[in-house]
Amino acid sequence: MEPLTWTGNLSFLNLPLQTAAILFFILALLQILAGFVPQRGSTIYHDSTVAGGPGLHGWSARLTLWSFYLVLLICAAFLVLGMLMGTSGGIIGAVSRQFVPVWVALAITFFLSLRYRRRLGLYGKLFDSTIGMVGFGLVMFWVFTAIFAGVFDMIYTHAPLEQASGMKNKLPGTPMNGAEAEDFQWYLFGGDNLARDVFSRMVVGSVTVILIAPLATIFAFMVGITLGLPAGYYGGRLDTVLSFSANLILAFPVILLFYLLVTPEIRESGLPNYMAVVLFVFPLIFLGVLINSRFHTQPQKNTLFLVLALGIGGWLYLTLVSDQSSVIRLLPSSLDFFNIPGGILVVFVSVVFVNSPTVFRIVRGLAMDIKTRDYVAAAQTRGEGPWYIMLWEILPNARGPLIVDFCLRIGYTTILLGTLGFFGLGLPPESPDWGTTINDGRKLLSIFPHPALAPALALLSLVLGLNLLADGLREESLKD
Amino acid sequence: MGLFILRRVAVMLLTALCLTFIVFTLTNLEPNLEKLAKTQGNMRMTDEQVETWLSNRGYRDNLLSKYGQWLGVVPGYVITGTDGELRGKCIRPGMEASGAPRFCGVVQGDWGWSTRFREEVGSIIAKRLGATGWLMLAVMCVMVPGALIIGVLAGMREGSRLDRGLSTVSILTTATPEYVSGVIFIALLASTKYGLSPLLAEWGMIEGKSLFKGTATSAMKDITFANFTLPVLTIALYGMGYIARMTRASMTEVMTAQYIRTARLKGVSFQNIVMKHALRNALIAPFTVIMLQFPWLLNGVVIVETLFNYKGFGWTLVEAAGNNDIEMLLGVSVVSVFVVLVTQLISDIGYVYLNPRIRIS
Repeated sequence: MEPLTWTGNLSFLNLPLQTAAILFFILALLQILAGFVPQRGSTIYHDSTVAGGPGLHGWSARLTLWSFYLVLLICAAFLVLGMLMGTSGGIIGAVSRQFVPVWVALAITFFLSLRYRRRLGLYGKLFDSTIGMVGFGLVMFWVFTAIFAGVFDMIYTHAPLEQASGMKNKLPGTPMNGAEAEDFQWYLFGGDNLARDVFSRMVVGSVTVILIAPLATIFAFMVGITLGLPAGYYGGRLDTVLSFSANLILAFPVILLFYLLVTPEIRESGLPNYMAVVLFVFPLIFLGVLINSRFHTQPQKNTLFLVLALGIGGWLYLTLVSDQSSVIRLLPSSLDFFNIPGGILVVFVSVVFVNSPTVFRIVRGLAMDIKTRDYVAAAQTRGEGPWYIMLWEILPNARGPLIVDFCLRIGYTTILLGTLGFFGLGLPPESPDWGTTINDGRKLLSIFPHPALAPALALLSLVLGLNLLADGLREESLKD
Repeated sequence: MGLFILRRVAVMLLTALCLTFIVFTLTNLEPNLEKLAKTQGNMRMTDEQVETWLSNRGYRDNLLSKYGQWLGVVPGYVITGTDGELRGKCIRPGMEASGAPRFCGVVQGDWGWSTRFREEVGSIIAKRLGATGWLMLAVMCVMVPGALIIGVLAGMREGSRLDRGLSTVSILTTATPEYVSGVIFIALLASTKYGLSPLLAEWGMIEGKSLFKGTATSAMKDITFANFTLPVLTIALYGMGYIARMTRASMTEVMTAQYIRTARLKGVSFQNIVMKHALRNALIAPFTVIMLQFPWLLNGVVIVETLFNYKGFGWTLVEAAGNNDIEMLLGVSVVSVFVVLVTQLISDIGYVYLNPRIRIS
């Protein structure tokens, strides 16, 4: 079997793409240079209005934009034609074919969102900004990839741990050695130093990241909000103590903290489990106080909601923290339905621990600012309790900056997860997550760059998407 | 002002004390001590051998007393081991037991003994910090001017195409962590088989096989353009985007201020408005950001020094942490806390001096 080239039968598009790309760069350069040339040639009409043509700068700007659209168009043609042609469209075609479920899901999401965007609040407004849409598209691409790969076992071509003899460090597009008829016949992005398929590992690696990063960020926000609101609202000694401890954690270099918390020796001592016990209780407190402060005047509803929320939450909490094989066994094994594998738990806990002080500081600052507003004074005069004011008056009014920070923080958490993997901490060494794979590939980087490049670019695109999304959200929420 | 600085210094000391105590507790956990004994003795030690190894070297003291010894407020241990050898905290290899001082801790200026490098912690840190200092200096020289220029250019005409282009670039750099950009740079610029280098070598534009070097180990002795560019670029790029965005935000704010409008209406040229009126006020905020960026640089330094195998401060941190080198880790954390808190202090004080509207009462 022939090795695949990058573009296969689509290679007739290579020359147009190169030409368009070169044209774009030259024009962009020209545009910058044209900016230094002063504009001339304005016409003065009879009614003494002055009109100027686009001039050199304007024309070069237009041409730059057109050539940019041309580049985008050809890239899109690669993906669409590749999707139709499959492996005869080269590596790009084959990859595009593998991602078909993701393309379909993305198309449906965008179609529905654009159609109903006027009724969807802030989410709908996101689709008014190009940057926001691009970011949302990138993020959803990886979310769908993770869902299809993790739940339905689609998209990836080989098992992430499967090794094939003779495929060690093979280049992208190499046919698989000794492939059975039902196997996928190529290693699309080549093989890594243990002869595993780089493409499949990259796809499966997204599951770990998409699972941990948002969840850990939500937990960090719960901790930060539950502690930051009272610190900002009450001030005084409580604030001093909490701020000091937050600054203490922030003064640690993150990597030193990781090395102290995530080593196998520390895991043996059960410290992460104790930290999980403390950190995971904050969402429960948050939920309980949230309901109680709102409904405490209607005891019947209050009890119902509290029992429901705390019952389900408490059971989840207990199954999460108690682990038959570790130091904490709170539930009998008959009730303990699922355990988080030790490696993931310790990574999760340390990422939450590192993120929450920053969230605490942001929430505290916002609370200090908002508590001087009139509506807070009105609520105080009404005789509302402090927790009602914090959670139902201050928090909703701080949502704008918090949502933006939430998006940025998921990106930062993704970077942190990658850092952990890069230093070989936490997750097992054969785990396909992006950080670990980059760490794996970096030893032979200058000879075989492809095993490290694929996950690196994947991580880059996800974080970039989150940052662009945050930028779009910020822009749109400022317009209100 | 004096009182303010004094209070900050007191908080700094308290923070450093708390932090080192946390590090001390964590590194003295049972599994960590066992690992230390096994890496220092040999991997096949039995539990009893580990126990005697640890008790002979004073690790079985209680935690507070050990911490006190490190601080230098409790006399260092002197133990005649089960093997008959006399060991003490203050007795260094090759030193007479009788000549050793009673106290040897941080207060006495003694940072302890590194079990990983078999050397004085103080001298290692000084040496490694020197190496990292060069790296930081180069990073600052690239990052700060670059970020300020990008930020000012983007912020002087908000919403223009130049602004959007540069803003996208700065978002892109903040989204690229060091281990990603480092990998991309090495693959593109330092690989002998891929990227730019083979092309350039074919055209005869470079002498060696690759444009840059993928490791910076040789930069320890002799810093050259080839071996130092990529590490510097990798660290600088990640921090650059953030500072550029802050500069842009502050520049756009200044450009909409009343006095700029007045200057425009007076007929001052755009160049003069930017250079003489706007720039000075716009650079106050980025100063704080640049100062607060130092702790982040420290992280980047650890990653980049590991990736490029440059034996500086970050590399030392990773080595010490990987081998549970207790006193080395304590020294490293004191230095990093110092860097974090001093830069905070400088940024606060500098802010007051730069911005006459703010005075600390």
